[in-house]
Amino acid sequence: MGNQQPLVQAAPEAGSSTPLDRYRMMRLSRRFEETMEEQFHEGQVPGPLHLSIGQEAVAVGGCCHLRQSDAILSTHRGHHHCLAKGAAADRLMAELLGRSAGYSLGRGGSMHIAIPEIGLLGTNGIVGAGLPIATGAAYAMQVQKSDNVTVCFFGEGATGTGAFGEALNIAALWRLPLIFVCENNQYVELTPQSVHIAGDIWRRGESFGIPGSRVDGNDVEAMAEAMETAIARARAGDGPTMIEALTYRWSGHFVADRAAYRDEAEVQEARALDPLISARALIDDDVADAVDSEIEEEIAVALAFAQQSPLADFDSLSIGHYAAS
Amino acid sequence: MTDISVETRPLKFWQGVNQALVEEMERDENVVLVGEDVARPGGPYGVTRGLLDKFGDLRVRDTPISEAVLVGLGIGGAGVGLRPVVEVMFFDFAMIAMDQIVNQAAKFRYFSGADMPLVIRTMCGAGGPNGAQHSQNFEAWYCGVPGLKVVMPSNALDAKGLLKSSIRDNDPVLFIETLGLLTQRRDVPVGEDLLIPLGVADIRREGSDVTVVAIGRLVDRALEAAERLQEEDGISVEVIDPRTLSPLDTETILESVRRTGRLVTAQEATAPCSVGSELVALAAESCLSELKAAPIRVASPFVNVPTPLPLAEERAPGVEDVMSAVRETMQGS
Ligand SMILES: Cc1ncc(C[n+]2csc(CCOP(=O)(O)OP(=O)(O)O)c2C)c(N)n1
Repeated sequence: MGNQQPLVQAAPEAGSSTPLDRYRMMRLSRRFEETMEEQFHEGQVPGPLHLSIGQEAVAVGGCCHLRQSDAILSTHRGHHHCLAKGAAADRLMAELLGRSAGYSLGRGGSMHIAIPEIGLLGTNGIVGAGLPIATGAAYAMQVQKSDNVTVCFFGEGATGTGAFGEALNIAALWRLPLIFVCENNQYVELTPQSVHIAGDIWRRGESFGIPGSRVDGNDVEAMAEAMETAIARARAGDGPTMIEALTYRWSGHFVADRAAYRDEAEVQEARALDPLISARALIDDDVADAVDSEIEEEIAVALAFAQQSPLADFDSLSIGHYAAS
Repeated sequence: MTDISVETRPLKFWQGVNQALVEEMERDENVVLVGEDVARPGGPYGVTRGLLDKFGDLRVRDTPISEAVLVGLGIGGAGVGLRPVVEVMFFDFAMIAMDQIVNQAAKFRYFSGADMPLVIRTMCGAGGPNGAQHSQNFEAWYCGVPGLKVVMPSNALDAKGLLKSSIRDNDPVLFIETLGLLTQRRDVPVGEDLLIPLGVADIRREGSDVTVVAIGRLVDRALEAAERLQEEDGISVEVIDPRTLSPLDTETILESVRRTGRLVTAQEATAPCSVGSELVALAAESCLSELKAAPIRVASPFVNVPTPLPLAEERAPGVEDVMSAVRETMQGS
């Protein structure tokens, strides 16, 4: 926003991301959200909070090979996407805590974050709404004759919207540099995916000629590899790809949802597949330990930054509706 | 007021739109046009003819029938540096893209602080035998959305100058063209970079007895009514065309209403919760004590638009309707 300098974190150079970078980002996302969950229970989060804990590998593998000039579209459950694309943890926290240093001056909260300067064209309060916007970003990249790409993250629930079919068709028709990443965490709000999904999502693009694959969304390396192929294809002008990443939503739909509609055994089984464990296994223990403590420090600094920022006030509500004339 | 030293040429409304698009696309390569049938066919009513040949099929692009994606193309495009113009064939179809317009485009700056230079062009009104799903006027629905601008030209000159300004504007603009006006002519300056500012009303005719605020297709009818009322009744009518409906130039409108003490609004839309309602509310709130008569809204009756053209035309308010409303406000004086 006009009165705030973006404190954008240095995202690694495109293509240079290592397993260590990926672990680091996943750990940051995990600790970020755990901290926000605590803050929520302390009454410090003036809005809904949809956690992506357990799904970090999808966002980190999904973004680790992107440039800042590539675009992503995120969802109501998008803290991990924001961080992985380069949002600053401190300003993101400030936004969730309703503080004026937040990306939307603390007025938007977690579903209303857009940071176009890092290619984040929005988390979204409307399920499926990122899909049409993603086609536009990809179309712009085509018009500009750049080799940038757009990644659209969406939940399996969004595949029920009309926009999903519209977006697949036009992406294939125009060979847009667009990667559809369906983050299938098994639950759509308060009901299991079986209530919502017919057939296989990864094959939904088949008749449009969009290659699809199903990836273990808890394995950041598998995710990164699938994305690498899809990104290369898009950069080369060969069109869109569909990736269905299978993962699991550890928490309820939002923080206050106790998710009594599912078995605790199922949750425990999923937790055993914690994506951070496999990501950590690829690096030396002492290096990982050092990263962990660095992140504790970063989170503490970010939280202090957010807490020191004043709460959004009523006067700020009139800011940012129209361009200053 | 037309300056006689400037060379002008009569243009049809659609030509004004077409010229604005050509000039802005020549001026800025980031301006693109996407929509159903806009490229090869040149638009369902020929408004965008010739653009494909001039600018190529990447910048002038036919889309599938995907209204949500259509507006999304504009939002995502604007988010990455284009200045897209997207065409929603009929205003009625914008319903399908309402989320993208209201929840996405209009909120982008509020969330991010960044520009959203997007123009959504669409066609309203009962100017053809198109029936109840291809003829509606929903301009008022969008006027309550902060972050969105709503522009509704009533003639070729304004169509050209307002569209050029809308394309250069850094906020999302809903640009409403009127089917019944497409072939109407007005003199337009030749060879001039015609920019009409958004948010500024035009006093089309000065008068002292009654203020008629007319929009879209009713502007020409109000002007004709004013002419005849002057001749037949000696009533002096001021005709104001707001041109931009949101943000509304309340200053110009209220100054006139205060001066005349009488307000008639005229529109093709139905009356309930319409632009006319807003104008009457505005006058009541701001200068009730200065009003000499109750304001009157001239509007289409609260029934659906019929398909047969003569019936549709009968439904839309005409010159006589404006005249009798003006006379009514003058009664007893
Ligand atoms: C258009 C729309 N319909 C309904 C909702 C309410 N809602 C919010 S999240 C959600 C479930 C989305 O499920 P999914 O897309 O699988 O994402 P997940 O929550 O699993 O991450 C629903 C129904 C909404 N926000 N938008």
